[in-house]
Amino acid sequence: MFSNLDLQKLVFGRLTLEAIPYHEPILLITFAAVAVGGLAVLGALTYFRLWGYLWREWLTSVDHKKIGIMYVILALVMLMRGFADALMMRAQQAMAFGPEEGYLPPHHYDQIFTAHGVIMIFFVAMPLVTGLMNFVVPLQIGARDVAFPFLNNFSFWMTVSGALTVMLSLFVGEFARTGWLAYPPLSGPAGSPGVGVDYYIWSLQIAGIGTLLSGINLIATIVKMRAPGMGMMKMPIFTWTALCTNILIVAAFPILTAVLVLLSLDRYVGTHFFSNDLGGNPMMYVNLIWIWGHPEVYILILPAFGVFSEIVSTFSSKRLFGYASMVYATVVITILSYLVWLHHFFTMGSGASVNSFFGITTMIISIPTGAKIFNWLFTMYRGRIRFEVPMLWTVGFMVTFVIGGMTGVLLAVPPADFVLHNSLFLIAHFHNVIIGGVLFGMLAGITYWFPKAFGYKLDPFWGKMSFWFWLTGFWVAFMPLYVLGLMGVTRRLNHFDDPSLQIWFVIAAFGAVLILFGILSFIMTLVVSFVKREELRDVTGDPWGGRTLEWSTSSPPPDYNFAFTPMVHDGDAWWDMKRRGYSRPLKGFRPIHMPSNTGTGVILGMISIVFSFAMIWYIWWLAAATFVAMLVVTIAHTFNYNRDFYIPAEAVVGAENKRTKMLAGHV
Amino acid sequence: MSTQMSTATGQPEPTTFYLEEEHHPEQGTMLGFWIYLMSDCLIFAVLFATYAVLGRNYAAGPSPKDLFELPLVAVNTTMLLFSSITYGFAMLEMEKGKQTNTLAWLAITGLFGLAFVGIELYEFAHLIHEGATPQRSGFLSAFFTLVGTHGLHVSLGILWLVILMVQVRQRGLIAENKRRLMCLSMFWHFLDVIWIGVFTFVYLMGVLQ
Amino acid sequence: MSLRPFGLLRGFALIPLAALLSGCNLVVMQPAGDIALRQRDLILVSTGLMLLIIIPVIALTFLFAWRYRQSNTDAPYDPDWHHSTQLEVVIWAAPLVIIIALGAITWISTHTLDPFRPLSRIDSSRPLPEGVKPLTVEVVALDWKWLFFYPEQGIATVNELAAPVDRPISFKITSSSIMNSFYIPALAGQIYAMPGMETQLHAVINKAGTYEGFSANYSGSGFSRMNFRFLGVSNTEFDAWVAKAKSEGKALSRQDYLALEKPSEREPVRYFSAVDNGLYTSILNMCAVPGKMCMNEMMHIDAMGGAGKDSHENRERLEYDNRHAVAGDEAQAATAPASGRPARSEVKPEGVTSGGPEPSRGHESHGDHATPGMKHDGPAPVQLNQ
Repeated sequence: MFSNLDLQKLVFGRLTLEAIPYHEPILLITFAAVAVGGLAVLGALTYFRLWGYLWREWLTSVDHKKIGIMYVILALVMLMRGFADALMMRAQQAMAFGPEEGYLPPHHYDQIFTAHGVIMIFFVAMPLVTGLMNFVVPLQIGARDVAFPFLNNFSFWMTVSGALTVMLSLFVGEFARTGWLAYPPLSGPAGSPGVGVDYYIWSLQIAGIGTLLSGINLIATIVKMRAPGMGMMKMPIFTWTALCTNILIVAAFPILTAVLVLLSLDRYVGTHFFSNDLGGNPMMYVNLIWIWGHPEVYILILPAFGVFSEIVSTFSSKRLFGYASMVYATVVITILSYLVWLHHFFTMGSGASVNSFFGITTMIISIPTGAKIFNWLFTMYRGRIRFEVPMLWTVGFMVTFVIGGMTGVLLAVPPADFVLHNSLFLIAHFHNVIIGGVLFGMLAGITYWFPKAFGYKLDPFWGKMSFWFWLTGFWVAFMPLYVLGLMGVTRRLNHFDDPSLQIWFVIAAFGAVLILFGILSFIMTLVVSFVKREELRDVTGDPWGGRTLEWSTSSPPPDYNFAFTPMVHDGDAWWDMKRRGYSRPLKGFRPIHMPSNTGTGVILGMISIVFSFAMIWYIWWLAAATFVAMLVVTIAHTFNYNRDFYIPAEAVVGAENKRTKMLAGHV
Repeated sequence: MSTQMSTATGQPEPTTFYLEEEHHPEQGTMLGFWIYLMSDCLIFAVLFATYAVLGRNYAAGPSPKDLFELPLVAVNTTMLLFSSITYGFAMLEMEKGKQTNTLAWLAITGLFGLAFVGIELYEFAHLIHEGATPQRSGFLSAFFTLVGTHGLHVSLGILWLVILMVQVRQRGLIAENKRRLMCLSMFWHFLDVIWIGVFTFVYLMGVLQ
Repeated sequence: MSLRPFGLLRGFALIPLAALLSGCNLVVMQPAGDIALRQRDLILVSTGLMLLIIIPVIALTFLFAWRYRQSNTDAPYDPDWHHSTQLEVVIWAAPLVIIIALGAITWISTHTLDPFRPLSRIDSSRPLPEGVKPLTVEVVALDWKWLFFYPEQGIATVNELAAPVDRPISFKITSSSIMNSFYIPALAGQIYAMPGMETQLHAVINKAGTYEGFSANYSGSGFSRMNFRFLGVSNTEFDAWVAKAKSEGKALSRQDYLALEKPSEREPVRYFSAVDNGLYTSILNMCAVPGKMCMNEMMHIDAMGGAGKDSHENRERLEYDNRHAVAGDEAQAATAPASGRPARSEVKPEGVTSGGPEPSRGHESHGDHATPGMKHDGPAPVQLNQ
C-alpha cells in the first residue's frame, strides 16, 4: 500500500525528473541562457543593493504610473519569448519540405504555435494595452490614481503570475499542443492527457482574473474620478476607448473564466461538458470561447485606435476631426463586437441564415471603423503634420490596417470563408490587424508617452529604424502568407509536400528577420535614449505640443500627478488652457491624500504561481496549502485599515519648486 | 460639438483652471463592486446557458424528475430568502448605529446561510450516493456546476460575513466597515436573486416539464 | 523630418509581383469545381467592392501626409477645423453603401452556396439534368487519415477519393475522435468533421485531374500529414477505379475498422472491397465497438425523459472518449525524443502495438486514466530509459 511509488505520488503528484527536458538541446540552451541572465540580474540587484528600492518603490507600489510601466516591461519581455517562437516557426516552415523534416518534431512545433498565440495575445498585447491605459488614463482625466490602487497592484501581479506559469512550462513539463484556443475534444482529458493544457488553463485563468479586476478598476476610475468639468463628451478619445475596452473586458472575461472552469472540470473531475460522449458538447466550447474571444480582439484594438487619435491630432497640431462620431463609432464597435462571434466558425455548419446573420453583423463593424479612418484622414487635412516617430507609426498603421480590414470583411462572407478559413490567408489577416493595428498602436503610444513616463524623449533615429524595419518586415513576412492562403495552404502545418511553396515561406522567414531587426532597433532606441537622456530631456512636461491634461504636469509626473486638480472647460483641456494663458500655480500647496504601498499583491501573485504549479502537477497537498495561504493573506489584508497617508505640504512645495526651477532654466 | 466651439471661442473667460481645495472624487467602491457583481452574473449566465444546452442530455441516465426532491429544495430556498431578510435587518440596525443588534442579525444571517449550504451538501451527497454523479451525464455535470458554484459563493459569503463580524467587533461601525457591510449586502442579495433563477429554471422547470 | 512614401509603396509592389510569380498554383483562385469557382468569384467581387473604399483611403493618406507636412507652409492650416456635417455624412454613408451591397451579396450567396444544399447546376452553363442521382460518399476523419465509404458501390478507401467529372457528389462527413475540417480546395469550400455529428457538403468536379485534399483544422501531432488524393475522373475511369478497389482490397469488418481507427500517420492508400453493414452509421453514432450504445439510441432515450436512476450500466456502454487510454504512455517532457513522437495518449512508439481495442470501463474519472506518471502499465515512452 505505502510503496515508494505511492509516497512519491503523494508528495510530487505526477511530477518526475523526466518532466525536465534535459534531452532537448534547444530548451537546455534556452534554460542555460535564462538561468545565467537571471542570475546576472539577481547578482546585480544584490551588488548594487537594489532589492530594498525595488521592493519599496516598484513591486509593492500602488502608483498607477509605476504599475503601468511594469505592465509594459512585462509585455516587452514576453514579446521576446513570443517572437522567438515566431522565428522558430518561420524557420521550420521554410525548411520542412518533401523529404526534409525540419528541425522541430510536431510534438515541439505544436507547443510553439500554441505558446506563440497565447503569449502574444495574453502576455504581450494585453499587458501593453493595460499598461498604457493604466499609465495614461488617470493623467488624462486629471486624477491622482485609479479608483482602487491596491486592486491595480494585485491585478498586475496576477498577470505576472500567469506569464511566469507559461514560462515555467518551458522548463518543467510541456505547454499545450492544441492551438491557442484549445478546442476540445483535442484539449480534453482523452485528447491531451499531459500537463500542457493544464499549464494553459491555469496561466490564462490567473491572468484573466487580473485583467477582469483591472477592467473593473479602470471603469470605476473613468466614471467616478474625472476632473471637474470633464463631461463624458469632453473626455479625451483615448480615455473613451479605454472606457469601452474595459467595459468589454468586464463583459467578456467572466466568460473566459467560466469556460476555462468548465474545461478544467472536464479534465480534473471527469465531467461531460465538452466531451464527445455522455452528453457533452464540444461545439459549446467553441461558441463560448469565441463569445469571449471576439470581444477580446476589440479589447486590443480600441485602445490602439485611441492612441492614434491622440497622436494624429497632436502631430497635426489640429483638433481631432469628428470627435462625436469618433465616440459613437467606438461605442458602436463595442456593442457590435458581441454579435459576431460565430464568424470564427462558419464551417461548423450552423446553416445559411445563421451564417449570413453573423457575416453581415461582422461587415457592419467595418462601417464605424471606416468612419474612424476617415476621421484621422480629415484630422491630417489642413494640419501641420510633424513626422515624428509616433506619427510615422500612425501613417504606417493607416495604410497597413485598411488592408487587414479589407481581408477581414472578405473573410466575413461565409462562402468565401469556406475556402479561406484556417488557411494562411487567415493568419495573414489577423497578423495584419494585430501587428498593423495593435502593435503599431502600442509602439506609437510608448514612443508618444515615453517622455511623460521617464522625463526624456526616445531617440528619433533608432525609433525610425525600428519603424521602417517593422513596417517592411511586416509586409515581407505576411504578404506571402496571403498568397499561400490562396494556394490552399492551411495553418499549423509543420511539413509540406509541395516544393513550389517553399520560396514563399523563405520570403516570409526573411520578413520575420526584418521584424527581428525592428525589435532590436527598438531595444537600441531604449538604450541609446537612456545614454543620451540629458540631451533628450523634456523639461517642459509638454514635449510634443500636447492637447490633453497629461501634458500639463511635469515629466515624469510627481507621485500625486497634479498638485491642484485641474478644471476642464474643453475637450482638449490642456490645449485650451495654454491658449487662454493659464499660468501654473506657485503657492498655496496643501498636503495630498495618497494610497499606501502594500506587499499583498506581489505575495498573492507569487503564491498563486505555486498554487497553479501544484494543480498542474496534481500535487494536491501543496495546492490545498497554497490555497489556504492565499485566503489567509487576503483576510489578513482586510484587517489592515491604514491604507493611505498624506504627502506633507512641504514635500509638495519642494517638488513643485523644483519644477519651477527646471522650467525657468529652460526658458 | 457646438458647445465645444463656443467654449473654445470668445465666451467670457472662465477664470478657474484648477481647484484650490483638495479634490475628493466620489467614492467608487459601490460602483466597482456593482460592476464586479455584474461580471459574476455573467459567469452564472454562462453556467445557465450551459445548463440550457446540456440540461436534457441525460446520457440514458436519470432526469430531473427522477432526482430532484422539491420539498427539500423549497426548504433550502426558504433558508436563503430568510437570510436575505435578516441581512436587511442587520443593515437597518447598522444605519441606526446599533452595533450589537447588527452583529446579532448578521449572526442569524450566517446561520441561515450555513443551513442552506448544509442542505445543499446533503442533497449532493444523496445524489452521488444514488449514482447521479457529475460524471454521469452532461445534464448532471451542468447541474452540479451551476448549483455548486452558487453554493461556493454562499460559502465564501459566510466566510466574509464572519470576518466582517470580527472587524465590526474590533473597530465598531466605522465608515470602512459600513462600506464593507454594504458590499456584502449587495453580494448576499445578488446570490439570492441567482438562486431564484436556479430554483425556477433548474428545479421547478426540471420537475414540472 | 521627411516622410518616405516610397518605402511603403515598395510593400505594395509585392502584391502584383506575388500574383505574377505564383502563376498556376493559386488553387483557390483557379479551382476545378463549380462550387469553388463560385466562391472564387465571390472573393473577387467582394474584394473589388471594398477596393472602391480602400484605394481612395490609401491614396488620400499619402496625399494628405505629403501635402500637409510641416515644411510645406503653402498648404492651408486650419487648427480649429474639426467638424463638417456634410463630410461626416459621406464618411458614414460611403462604407454603409458598400456594406449594404456586400451584405446583400452575402445573404444570397450564403444561401445558394450552403454546403448542406443539394446542387442545382453542374456549372455556369449547364443546369442539373433531371434524374441525376448524386454520388454519395461518407467521409470519416480518423487520427490522422481519411476513410471514405461509397455506399452505392459498396467499397471503402483510405486517403484516396475519386469521383466522376460533372456528377454531383454528396458528402456526409463525420469524425472518430477529434474535430477536423474536410477540405479539397479545387472542389469546394471546407466543412468541419465532428465526432458524433454529421455535416454535409455538396459539390461537383468539372475538370479531370488529381487534386489535393486535407484536414484544414489542426487535430494533433499527425495533422500535417493528414492529406489525401482526390481524383476527378471520367465515368469509365471511375468504374475501373471501383473495380480495382473491389479486386485489390479486402473487406472492411468492424474489427478491421477498430484497428484502423487507432491513431497512425502517413497511412498509404488502401482499398476495401466490401464494408460491414451499417459501419458508417455506427461510427457516426460512436458505437462501432460491439456492446456500445449508439448515440441515436441514447438521444431517443433522453428525448423520452431518460432511463431513470437504475441505469448505471448505460454509462459504461456510452463511454467513448477514453477508449484508447492506457495509463502511462503519455510522454510528459516538453519535447519528444528524436526517434518518435508520442503526441496523444494513443500514440505509441513504433514497434509497440497493443492488440484489439481496449475500451476502458467503469472508471470514475477520466483523470485517472489520463494520469501519466510513476506507473508505467503501458509501454514506456522511449526517452525514459528506465
